[in-house]
This record gives sequence, structure tokens and C-alpha cells, in this order.
Amino acid sequence: MMTKYNRRTVLKASAAFAGASTLGFPAIVSGQTDKIKIGHLTPLTGFLGALGAYAQLGLKMAEEEINKSGGVMGRQLDIVSEDSVNPATAATKAQRMLEQDGAAFLMGEINSASAVTIMQVAARNKRFYLQIGARSDALRGKNCNRYTFHVDIPSHVMVYAVGKALVRDNMMRGKKFYTLTADYIFGHDLASAARTFFKENGGEVIGDELVATDVTEFSPFLLKIRQAKPDVVCSNLAGNQVTTLIKQYAEFGLPYPIVGFNLNTADAWAAGEGNLSGTWPTVWYHTLDVPASKTFVENFTKKYGKPPENHAWIEYISLKIMAQAMSETKSTDTEKLIAYFEKEAKFDILKARPGYFRSWDHQLTQEAYPFTVRPKGQAKDKWDFLALGQAVPGANESLEVLSVPKEQNTCVM
Amino acid sequence: MQFVFLLEQIVNGLVLGGYYLLIALGLSLIFSVGGVVNLAHGAFYALGAYISVEITKLLGFGPAVVLSPIAVALLGILFERFLLRRFYAADPILSLLVTFGLAMIAEQLIRIIWGAAPLSVIMPAVFKGSVFIGDFLFSRYRLLLLAIVIAVLASIWLLLHKASFGRVVRAGIQKPDMVAALGIRLQPYMTAIVMLGVGMAALGGALFAPITIVHPAMGAEVLTVAFVVVVIGGLGSFWGVVISALLVGVVRGITIHFIPAAGEASMYVLMFLILLFRPRGLLGERIEKFET
Repeated sequence: MMTKYNRRTVLKASAAFAGASTLGFPAIVSGQTDKIKIGHLTPLTGFLGALGAYAQLGLKMAEEEINKSGGVMGRQLDIVSEDSVNPATAATKAQRMLEQDGAAFLMGEINSASAVTIMQVAARNKRFYLQIGARSDALRGKNCNRYTFHVDIPSHVMVYAVGKALVRDNMMRGKKFYTLTADYIFGHDLASAARTFFKENGGEVIGDELVATDVTEFSPFLLKIRQAKPDVVCSNLAGNQVTTLIKQYAEFGLPYPIVGFNLNTADAWAAGEGNLSGTWPTVWYHTLDVPASKTFVENFTKKYGKPPENHAWIEYISLKIMAQAMSETKSTDTEKLIAYFEKEAKFDILKARPGYFRSWDHQLTQEAYPFTVRPKGQAKDKWDFLALGQAVPGANESLEVLSVPKEQNTCVM
Repeated sequence: MQFVFLLEQIVNGLVLGGYYLLIALGLSLIFSVGGVVNLAHGAFYALGAYISVEITKLLGFGPAVVLSPIAVALLGILFERFLLRRFYAADPILSLLVTFGLAMIAEQLIRIIWGAAPLSVIMPAVFKGSVFIGDFLFSRYRLLLLAIVIAVLASIWLLLHKASFGRVVRAGIQKPDMVAALGIRLQPYMTAIVMLGVGMAALGGALFAPITIVHPAMGAEVLTVAFVVVVIGGLGSFWGVVISALLVGVVRGITIHFIPAAGEASMYVLMFLILLFRPRGLLGERIEKFET
């Protein structure tokens, strides 16, 4: 055991390794067939990694279905799907996919910060990008560009879906809110949409803390919340941070109701029954009572042994959207695809109403839903403890009522 | 009023420090005796959490907290016998590479076996909620955590300072050649130290599973903090690591109280300041074998 080496060398080298390990270990998964190549990026590691894993399952299922039924224009789809890791790596990989892998266009993402950099790559290369799962308003606002179309609901729609439910339940006017906000573009956007909603509907924000995305321990924040004695605690966090917050909130047993403007079902499931409470927004849930949606859930569950999460659903419909667009335009050409989407063509998204991309901000216009937690003992299985609320906007309202009016949107193509 | 709030944060920080300590102490021990910075330490923490999820399903939470560290400690024997042992005398870069590689393999294996989606352990209802002492609030579960950490710490201290086992280990840290000359083989002791170290990390994982989420990258997350704690405390020092872990926990709590956004940065600033004035860490011992 006698060795001769310098303590400093050991420390320096191990510090470098420990630093590198915080970046996460990238996971790589890729498709096999050839013909129409598609570049796909999604976070598979980090605080959004679990969502990205579901995203890949949904995408893969759609790819297999399309290829089995003869592909698009008689050509098979070949998707290269990789871990986006972080915004800088996402951009590098996107560029490589277009330049070296021969991808016709780009798809994917959940992390809003990575989506921004991929959008820049798409614009620089003048290539089509279907931005699937990132929800920051800024992507459809001041950061928008004409090469990118957005599938998931933007921040302000999520705030609206939950906010309306809170107004209805008398949990808004005159109430004091304490918010915890994820410290990156998505969280900032969500918080600003929330502030606007609170202001318009008589809610008061008495505290708003920015939380770094690598925080896994919320107890100091919970102690601060208790000192402030709010009426309602509100989460503007993302990914598995919401799960951790919910669990620790239940652990401390604070008496204030907790709600949030962002929660993905995988993160809700991870919290476990008995920990989650409150009202949250969602873009889709596997119990949605629409025949096409039920068929999808059935097939997915048969294939993977668990129900699909909202990111599995959204990737599935996104590839179907691209397949429809390519078939209709008989092309993978960016300009032709943009023209097709900008015509506001209708797409079946497995919901009661079809969706369409608005021509001036490229946002998919669709229904959203609030959801709440079922009373104890009413869940059929461990995935069923959430109860889906009525779709917003209601069946008799225009899908446009949820959107920021054109004159307030800062998007310039 | 303000004082009570601050006191809450300090006590809470101490508990958090105790949890960091479970992971950092093993890291420090393995380095002091074997000269290996075990970058796979976080993986054992993650395994502890995952195994406790499985055992909780079968036998309940209590047995999981006991059995999961034992299972991981047994794995530690294989780890020491077939991997670490080859690198005690080698260039430290090699052991760093090997343990870093092992950490990556472990993370991907976890992803393959249990999936990327986070799992959860539901804690027994008795531990949910808080204890009030006047206006002073404390999480019941964390009190339990604190008690366990203190018990583990006391046992380790007794083992290292009052038992013959500890005398050999401490002599082995400073003068391995002399220990060998006395006819004592250090290898079984090294196996025991690794078992103890990774077992403690697994205990940390099992104890923290109910209040955080169990996910594949949890090991990589905790390793950074544990490493910072060891560096601040100083290598080879039991009390250095203890003080440093508590300090990191408390400083983080107080920082979040006053400047929430700087909470995660606080421990790095602390490390920077301490290394500026005490390059060897708070109570770092001079270990001759690490000097050229």
C-alpha cells in the first residue's frame, strides 16, 4: 500500500472528475432503418430525464406504426434520438444531425433552455424544427422564429388552466400566495405568467423564491414558507423537482394548500399516493375519455407494460403530425412544410377537438386540463390517483381564448 | 421571532449535515486508508436507495433501512476484493478512471433494471408531520434521521478509537510499512473499511429515499456534495469531516434564509474560503505517504 504520489494531484484530478460527473452521464439511443432521416433530441439525464425516457417510448411507438404501414411516401422513417444533455450540447448535436447525419428536419426537446439553442440552429440552417415538449412562453414570444413550430401548451395556458379552477374554488381573490420558481427560462416565464394572472384576479404574491434546478432538498425553503404564513403555496418548478417538493411538503405537513402551474404525470406518479394534493395543469392524461386516445393508451400499455405519460403521448402525436405533413406536401422540404403548417391544417391529436398550428406564432392550439387528486382509496391502480377535470376552453368556447392576444405577443417572425 | 426562525434553519442544517456525513465519512475513510478517491461512492448510495425501495415493498420500511445497507456492504466486499485492491499502489489517475467508469456503469445498470422514471418510498404515516416546541417547528422524520446518524457516528468513532480494529486502521493510515513489519495484513482491514464506507452511503440512500426521489442520477448528485465536505474537513480526520458536514448543512440553510438563489453556491464559496486559509482543510492531518 506504500505509494508515492502527490496529494495535490489526487485532489485536482478528482475535483475535475466530480465536476464532470455533475454534468450527468449522457445516454445515447438511436434508430436503425434508413430513408427519411429525422434528428430527435430530448433530455435523458438530469431533472427532466425521466420525462425524456417516456418521450422516446412514445416516439418509437409512432415510428414503428408508421413504418409498419409502409412509411411515408413509400419511404421508411429513420429517427436518430439522443440525450440533449444541456443547451450547449443540444445545439452541437442538432448541428451535427443536420450536417453529418443527413437529418431532413429536427424534432423534440422538453427543456426550454435547450429548445432555444436548437431553435437557433434550425434558423441558422434554415431547416424545419418541431419543438415538442418545452413550455416556456418566450419560445413562442420574443425567441420565436419561422422555422420552429411548438406542440406542448405554453406557460400561460397552464397558468390559465389551474388559475381558473382556483378562481372557481374561491382560492384566488384576496389570497396570499407564496411561490417557488425554477431558476431558468421556463420557471421565470411561468412565474411571470402567474404574476399577471394573480394581478388580474386579485391574488397577492407575498413571497417568490428562485430555486436552482439541481436543488434536491427543500427543507430550508419550507421553513421560510411557514414563517411567511401564506394562504396558498404555489409551485413554478419543473421536472422531478416538483416531485421532491411535494414529498417534502407532505413530510413537514405544512397546513397551507399547495398548487402548481406545472406538473408532468411521471413526476406526479413518482410522488406516490398520499403525498400529492392540490390542483395542477396537464396537457393530456391517459384516462382522457376520447376513443382514439383510449386506443393509444391500450396499445402503449400492451407494448410497454405501463400507461403512457403526457410526454409519450405528445411525441406520438408529433411524429404523426410530421407524417401527415410530409404525405400531404409530398416533401420533406422545409419551406413546403412551413407553408403547410401555416395554412392551419387540422391534426388529430387524440383529443375531443383537432388541433392546428396558429400561423403567426406557430403554436399548436389545443385543449388543456386541470387535474386534482382523487380521495384516498378511489384510485384503480398506482397510475390512477389523479382525476382529470373539464377541458379548457370549454366545448362551446373557441380554442383561442386561452392564448395571449396577438397584439400582446412579442413574436416577430 | 427572527431568532427562532434562524434557529430552525440552523437545526435543520445540522440534520442535513448529518445526512451528508453518512456519505462523506466513508469517502474519507476509503481515501485515508487506501489512497483511492472512490468516485463510485455515489453509486452505492443510489443502490442503497433502490434496494430499500424493493425491500420496502416486501417487508416494510423498517427492515429496508437495516437490510439495504447490509446488502450493499456485501457488494462492497466484491468491489474491494476484485477492483479497488488492484489500485492501492497504482497511479491515482487509474483508480479515478476505474471508479468513475464504475459509477457510469452503475447508473446505466440502474436505468436498465429500474427504468429512468423516478421511484418513491412512502414513509410510515407515524413519521409524517412536524413536532412543535413552542413556535419552533421540526420534521418528525428528520428527528429520527438525526438520532440514527448520531448512533452510527458514535459507533464508528468507538470502533476507530477504542477498539483494536481502529488502532490498526489508524496506524495503517500513517505508517502502513510499520504495520506490515509487525506482521499485520492490512487487506482485511481495508475490506472492512470499504464495507463500512459503502454501507453508510447505502444507509444514507435508504434513509433519504422517503423524502426525496429515487432516480438513476442520484448518486452523481450526492457525490459532489460529499466530495466538497471531505475537502473542507480535511483528509484523514474524523472530526474534520463531521464538522465540515454540519458546517455545509448550516451554511446552506442560513444562505437560503437570506439569499435563496445562492443556496447551492454557498458550499463552494465556503470551500474556497477555507482552502484559501487552510489548504489542508479544517482538520486535515499530514499523511506522509501522500507526500512526495
